[in-house]
Amino acid sequence: MVKRHFDYEEKYRNLQGKFEELQELSRSLQFDLTDEFKLLEEKMKDIRVNKYQNLTAWEKILLSRHSERPTVRDYIEFIFDDWIEMHGDRCYGDDRAMIGGIASIKGIPVTVLGHQKGRGTNENLHTNFGMPHPEGYRKVERLILQAEKFNRPVMTLVDTPGAYPGVGAEERGQAGAIARVLMTLSSLKVPIIAVVTGEGGSGGALALAVSDRLLMLSNSVFSVASAEACASIIWKDAGRAEEMASALRLTAQDIKDLGIADEIVEEPTGGAHKDFENTAQNLQDRLDRNLQELLAIERHELLQQRYTRLRHIGRFQEN
Amino acid sequence: MLKNAFGKQKLIPVPGSREYMESEGRISAQEKCPSCSRRISELELKENHKVCPECQYHYSMTAWERIELIADDQSFQEFNSGLRSINLLDFPGYNEKLTGAISKTGLNEALITGQCTIGGYPAILGTMDSRFMMASMGSVVGEKVCRAIEKAADLKIPLILCAASGGARMQEGMLSLMQMAKTSAALDKFHEQGLLYISLLTNPTTGGVAASFASLADIILAEPGALIGFAGPRVIKQTISEILPEDFQKAEFMLKHGMVDKIVSRPVLKDMVERLLRLHLGGNNG
Ligand SMILES: [Zn+2]
Repeated sequence: MVKRHFDYEEKYRNLQGKFEELQELSRSLQFDLTDEFKLLEEKMKDIRVNKYQNLTAWEKILLSRHSERPTVRDYIEFIFDDWIEMHGDRCYGDDRAMIGGIASIKGIPVTVLGHQKGRGTNENLHTNFGMPHPEGYRKVERLILQAEKFNRPVMTLVDTPGAYPGVGAEERGQAGAIARVLMTLSSLKVPIIAVVTGEGGSGGALALAVSDRLLMLSNSVFSVASAEACASIIWKDAGRAEEMASALRLTAQDIKDLGIADEIVEEPTGGAHKDFENTAQNLQDRLDRNLQELLAIERHELLQQRYTRLRHIGRFQEN
Repeated sequence: MLKNAFGKQKLIPVPGSREYMESEGRISAQEKCPSCSRRISELELKENHKVCPECQYHYSMTAWERIELIADDQSFQEFNSGLRSINLLDFPGYNEKLTGAISKTGLNEALITGQCTIGGYPAILGTMDSRFMMASMGSVVGEKVCRAIEKAADLKIPLILCAASGGARMQEGMLSLMQMAKTSAALDKFHEQGLLYISLLTNPTTGGVAASFASLADIILAEPGALIGFAGPRVIKQTISEILPEDFQKAEFMLKHGMVDKIVSRPVLKDMVERLLRLHLGGNNG
């Protein structure tokens, strides 16, 4: 049976509860075990830290989808000043699974885009679980072209299970909408920084990840398709998703090793939601530093570097 | 009745008729059309460009058959045929899958690219073969697409890519997903030069190929009845648990919703491509 829920924290809390009971009990019996307890407490902390440094790929997937995980809007509101959200694709509608607007970071105006998941069922129904329709990708295209016009760098935050698979999405051209964003971003004449904050799911995530720098939070994942889908398609067994998660090489470290991600932004022990401010602050520092570096590169050179980077992805043999 | 008069005696078939060809052993296996159940011989299918003469059902075509259909006789010269996939993630079973696909198709990968003439006009032509792991796009397909684009740009001649793909090659993980970005970036450079790119969507064109190079053409043609879309119909059915419209994601549906320029059946495909090349003055804008 595949574990669908990241339950380490609950188990750890149980252990802590038992530990406190034990302390209470020994006090009531007037056993002096202070030193022993101190040792045990430290050992417990160490084990927890160690656990989070050695999560399996599947556990990272579960963490990246955790119901308490900060959403893209949380990060935007913390990291940027003067955030003004813009709406609509000027064609069909406003996709609430994809948010975008203008803001500033350390005084520099930027265009910000990201997938928006919700917290809880109601919010998730409102944001369609962070799964955009074509109008979401057309909103992206509109706002990145606007960013180029006003010479504003672009920052994107990626957190989606994927583009929405539905009748309306197909009728309105999901494939073409994603393809055009990929093409437009590849030569957009302003610096682009992308961050995977949670779930990087398939082409719907990739559309926001074409960039000069790709950062990933340490518990985020980026995958060609969900581990569940891959297991059911390749192995005809969705129950082997956990095994598939490891085979796909989808953790932040894997993606960096493959030469696709540039930097990993460490999350606190327990994940980003355990200390949001710290995580967001770290991310802000990284975004700021990367932006400074990219702004220092001559524009023509920047575009050349972006192209070279994209062009060389892939491995094969040639006889 | 005549039949009664002759009893059980066998009729002598008229030369050229189906019965005649059968009796002469000129038709081997008889196949039933999956769409209308009419019996069709291999020969008849081949002569009719693998289209059912009764219902116009388009059978799937191999990459080489597609080249034969579009390129002028003897004009096609393949390039980059030596590119082969490697199991870069040590993905379980991928080596066996590749070996199986290679021996089944005689191809090194799911895409053939080369230079040819079409109606006398020089062009770069790429065709995909869905027998090769559903013509999924991994590093090799992505690289060959990019090289074909670059070759067309170098020679300032039109590019014609015939897509048929189930999407990204999952066995190559994120390296396969990134081929979407890679091919899209190469096409951006191509378009900047004012060159012509015609995309033909054949059955099936879905997932990562639909959401990248196959959708980024100046002119998008589709074969009748081809499945075209981003998400596969099974995934959509699971997600929305509704009955889907009958023509859902078929080429005709995509035409109705404005996603393709034209549906072109096989017997007139080469002619259509030639006319388009002629109207673009050979597609050489350099
Ligand atoms: Zn038929």
